[in-house]
Amino acid sequence: MSATATESRPVAATGSRIAARFAALRAEGRGALIPFLEAYDPDRATSMEILRGMPGAGADLIEIGVPFTDPMADGPIIQLAGQRGLKAGATLGGTLEMVREFRAGDSETPVILMGYLNPVLSYGAERFVADAAAVGVDGLIVVDMPPEEAEVLAPHAQAAGLDIIRLVAPTTDAARLPVVLNASSGFVYYVAITGITGTRSADPEALEAAIPRIRAHTDLPICIGFGVRTPEQAGHAARVSDGAVVASALIETMSRTLDGEGRATPGTAQAMLDQVRALAAAVRGAR
Amino acid sequence: MNKPLTRPNTYRSGPDAAGKFGGFGGRYVAETLMPLILEVEQAYNAAKADPTFDAEWRRLLTHYVGRPSPLWYAERVTEHLRAEAAPGMGAKVYFKRDELNHTGAHKINAVLGQILLAKRMGKKRIIAETGAGQHGVATATACALFNLPCTVFMGATDVARQQPNVFRMKLLGAEVVAVESGAATLKDAMNEALRHWVANVEDTYYCIGTVAGPHPYPVMVRDFQSVIGSETRAQMIEAEGRLPDVLVAAIGGGSNAMGLFHPFLDDADVRMLGVEAGGHGVDTVTGHAASLTGGRPGVLHGNRTYLLQDEHGQILEGHSISAGLDYPGVGPEHAWLHELGRVEYVNATDDEALAAFQLCSRLEGIIPALEPAHALAHVIKVAPTLPESTLIVMNMCGRGDKDIFTVARLLGEEF
Repeated sequence: MSATATESRPVAATGSRIAARFAALRAEGRGALIPFLEAYDPDRATSMEILRGMPGAGADLIEIGVPFTDPMADGPIIQLAGQRGLKAGATLGGTLEMVREFRAGDSETPVILMGYLNPVLSYGAERFVADAAAVGVDGLIVVDMPPEEAEVLAPHAQAAGLDIIRLVAPTTDAARLPVVLNASSGFVYYVAITGITGTRSADPEALEAAIPRIRAHTDLPICIGFGVRTPEQAGHAARVSDGAVVASALIETMSRTLDGEGRATPGTAQAMLDQVRALAAAVRGAR
Repeated sequence: MNKPLTRPNTYRSGPDAAGKFGGFGGRYVAETLMPLILEVEQAYNAAKADPTFDAEWRRLLTHYVGRPSPLWYAERVTEHLRAEAAPGMGAKVYFKRDELNHTGAHKINAVLGQILLAKRMGKKRIIAETGAGQHGVATATACALFNLPCTVFMGATDVARQQPNVFRMKLLGAEVVAVESGAATLKDAMNEALRHWVANVEDTYYCIGTVAGPHPYPVMVRDFQSVIGSETRAQMIEAEGRLPDVLVAAIGGGSNAMGLFHPFLDDADVRMLGVEAGGHGVDTVTGHAASLTGGRPGVLHGNRTYLLQDEHGQILEGHSISAGLDYPGVGPEHAWLHELGRVEYVNATDDEALAAFQLCSRLEGIIPALEPAHALAHVIKVAPTLPESTLIVMNMCGRGDKDIFTVARLLGEEF
């Protein structure tokens, strides 16, 4: 986990890209902006354009949602994004192909896939991890795979150098925190609200109390997501932790540019990337 | 994926501490939900060990629900099936009459147990998912009795086709939320209830209607529903001096079947048949809801079980004439019993269920729900092939009042 990618060629142990990026940001004295896009939303070409444009717009790491029919932890905005993606033909394999294409032009920006377990099981957990590592995925967030059920995937991920990034919730109590943290690598994803994605805004004071509580138990970077919507909130989250994940607010912006049938218009990718730029400016200004 | 299953010394000891029945079940939930289900598990274990909890639940079953439900010798159905059978053939058919329960189905058994648990836990409001509306009505009923606010999540598609039950829930004081997400049916209602729960953890208890979901729900709902099988045992011994030979029950999520089967699992001579919803036929792609027959293992709604899914692991919509069987999964204990071969899982089509619905109404004066009509459809197939001395118990798990509009439309009747 301590290797750093100083050259532009892909590093062998792909998980190290995440550690390298957080180390570089720490040296800069700032937190990370981690924008989210849903694969194939609203179509493959547009989501590819968004993915390719994200590093230039200021993304430090990128989280790609893998569409699933039953996204239990997601609010309406990301549910609809997933439905559009599925309608456009998204599969887990297709999402991996997007990462392969992205990696042809960017060997440094860490890419994290966020999704649900069933498509992974259907693909075959071991084969998925091998393929994900091969195309240049760095970390996995499998929403419905708590540490207690991770046996099916975690050993393969570890062997392939893929980080398993875990959610810690406000309801994760002191007894449970070490269980979750011990099963985490890459970074810790703090869920800022009790709820689903994109439905509430995080309470700044609660965050300032919560992050040190987790920090006491782990050396991993901690990023805040669920309820980070505005540049101000992203700046604050990146200041009190090591990074801000912004998902629903970006998807909401993007979806406003779609036509009546949910199809992309000429301004779709740009609208989302403009918002990434605004978020990045706030995160970079929040030292 | 499948760990080799070894035949256990007993079929009744599951699940293990991790909530697994063989490789099925478990707790596949987001971290946001994990502390909640651990709290429910702890509270349920404490309640089970407390005799006053059991006493209060049984008091409600006796004086509010009307248990024990009768075991009825369905003589006219038996005679009808014998008339078509070879000489000496035609099993003796009994109905376990859980349709006589207050609220008209077996759902109330587990709802009352869970509401008592919610009260012990200090929860102030109740949420539930419902498909046909029977679980929603049972939950709304118990919440009225215990003066707890109740919100029922129901797919918008089901709200439209189950209007009488929607109105019943409202009369009982519950709020009914029409879920528009996904395909707007039972699985989406369950997604939405889980999402709502995560956002309202402090004061809310989620009352699940079947033997599925994350541990401890499959075992908890099974334990409460096992009152069906326990009564059946005693009643059959009283009526016939011995155990039944064959048990038959419909399977959606599988709670009425699990309740009937569980007390008999270690009686090797008792054969068990679970009847899934064959819809338009199990060889159609999305035209049925037979998860065990036409699905494969996967993870949904917190448990690993058999699911209707496509080659990419996306969940498929089930179809059944019965909104209560129209679910793409099945309880994990059924998945385990299926792989062990302890229970045989078969199916009945929409048309077969519809025919059984009408036959039962005319021969027994009992209008069955479309769910047990599937079980009866299989009894109609299997009883004539068995000797007259064979004793069959079919779980009449619900009454058909809620279905008369659906059936009338299918039969071309206009109101």
